Amino acid sequence: MNLTDLTIAAARDGLRVRQFTARELTEAHLAAIATLNPRLNAYITVTGERALAQADAADAALARGEFAPLTGIPLAIKDLFCTEGVRTTAGSRILDPFIPPYESTVSANLLRDGAVFLGKSNMDEFAMGSSNMTSGYGAVTNPWQRRQDTTAVLVPGGSSGGSAAAVSARMAMGATGTDTGGSIRQPASFCGVPGVKPTYGRCSRWGVVAFASSLDHPGPFARTVRDCAILLGSMAGHDPKDSTSADVPVPDFEAACRRDVKGLRIGVPREYRMDGMPDDIERLWQQGLGWLRDAGAEIIDVSLPHTKYGLTTYYIVAPAEASSNLARYDGVRFGLRENGEDLRDLYERTRASGFGAEVRRRVLIGTYVLSAGYYDAYYLRAQKVRALILRDFTEVFARVDALVTPTAPSAAFAQGENMDDPIKMYLNDVFTVPANMAGVPGMSVPGGLDANGLPLGLQVIGKPFDEETVFAVGAALERAAGFDALPQIRAGG
Amino acid sequence: MSLDLATIRRIATLARIRVEDAELPVLQAELNGILGWIEQLNEVNVDGIEPLAGAAQMALKMREDVVTDGGYPEKVLANAPERAGEFFVVPKVVE
Repeated sequence: MNLTDLTIAAARDGLRVRQFTARELTEAHLAAIATLNPRLNAYITVTGERALAQADAADAALARGEFAPLTGIPLAIKDLFCTEGVRTTAGSRILDPFIPPYESTVSANLLRDGAVFLGKSNMDEFAMGSSNMTSGYGAVTNPWQRRQDTTAVLVPGGSSGGSAAAVSARMAMGATGTDTGGSIRQPASFCGVPGVKPTYGRCSRWGVVAFASSLDHPGPFARTVRDCAILLGSMAGHDPKDSTSADVPVPDFEAACRRDVKGLRIGVPREYRMDGMPDDIERLWQQGLGWLRDAGAEIIDVSLPHTKYGLTTYYIVAPAEASSNLARYDGVRFGLRENGEDLRDLYERTRASGFGAEVRRRVLIGTYVLSAGYYDAYYLRAQKVRALILRDFTEVFARVDALVTPTAPSAAFAQGENMDDPIKMYLNDVFTVPANMAGVPGMSVPGGLDANGLPLGLQVIGKPFDEETVFAVGAALERAAGFDALPQIRAGG
Repeated sequence: MSLDLATIRRIATLARIRVEDAELPVLQAELNGILGWIEQLNEVNVDGIEPLAGAAQMALKMREDVVTDGGYPEKVLANAPERAGEFFVVPKVVE
């Protein structure tokens, strides 16, 4: 048995009956990282010694008969979550060096529940990207390869590309990610693993390096829907340190995975049928709806008329919030400093040197749409369209329990593709962005392979704070799909 | 709406990002491409629609107006590129 092949649920059981130790489980993953990370670059920082110390503490707890929900489970933490005493980069050179003196709430919740942190996973700079190509710490390689063309190096998606690649290649049992416009669901789809963006407010944003505060959602990756449910159960919960954190009970997401979907009304938004979308994706979508119909769900055609404006709204709102949030990188309090003739020159040189091209573009766009004379035409108008996008979801959810759509309009593409025009890259998030605008929960579940042998995801979108239905539908799709294909590059492969 | 070079310089100054003259034409093309694409929002009828600032569909919580955190200057200053005692150091701003 390869310990790196286990699900979190199975490892949890194995640890409790002392079939293997937490140290053995962590060592197996650290060995996988040592072998694969030079090739995949999924981790920016590996914290081996810390992980082994945490594993030993887990073994000691298990020996005392103490079982927390994640005792001894090795995870990757997206390098956007501040981790006390461990370098945190946000994928940007402007935070080089930055060692947080505090722990983010989500990662602290995971540690409280006994998790072991293997390291900090790679990501697009400040979570701005859909391919992991904007990372200041190098691109990440997708563990999947095209059947006919194994020389093409594919992207893992982004921005949480390192997390998705690490889970897919069995360099971690699960991982945290963040999703501002699709940054969990799109890499999950590209890497053939499930990933969940919960409702806005379900997971605290405290200690997560801010990109666009009204759109940022922490969430989990794992190799099964149930494992995602286990992780989300630990990550979620009210946090007084985040004023937008929801003070609502955390339900038993794991139990929701066993719920029947019989009688559920599943909406199929007609606007998610895009021109030029590959046939394989349309076919998988129809297949997914067929699986749910066979399981007793009712499939209903619905309309979300403002879908096509989701992306353009996003590219006003997200840069606007980013330009404000990223004002803190000034070369004075932490991170990089480039000295200048005066304070202003110091700011300008530091930010020119520390920000990559995509971050610079978005800060400039955001500055422009918020500037005097343009605020109403761009930002205020975008906020009004955002209200219409939310209204679309609210109206549809009066008639259906969940929506099922493709996650992304393509499978993983090669490094270097879609790089010539920023808008081409932005189009990757056309199906995922609306859920961020509305704050509703969404999940990507691997549904099958395309003609090139690459994974494709199906997206489930639910009502606010009804992740339970999202997990029920996601688990039903997972059972029906029987997705057991494996990436070419993986531990034990 | 198309941005001219002077406007891009002005935005870069507002954003406090140094942009070299040689980079301006490429930046201009990219930003105008994005802004041109964003123009499609003008098709949407937003008459009478209240703007939505965020997805949290609940009122922010109130709490007592008291200090709940702080008092650790060493932690705050630990990552400073340059410090003197309990202060961040910047180039001289007052003559």
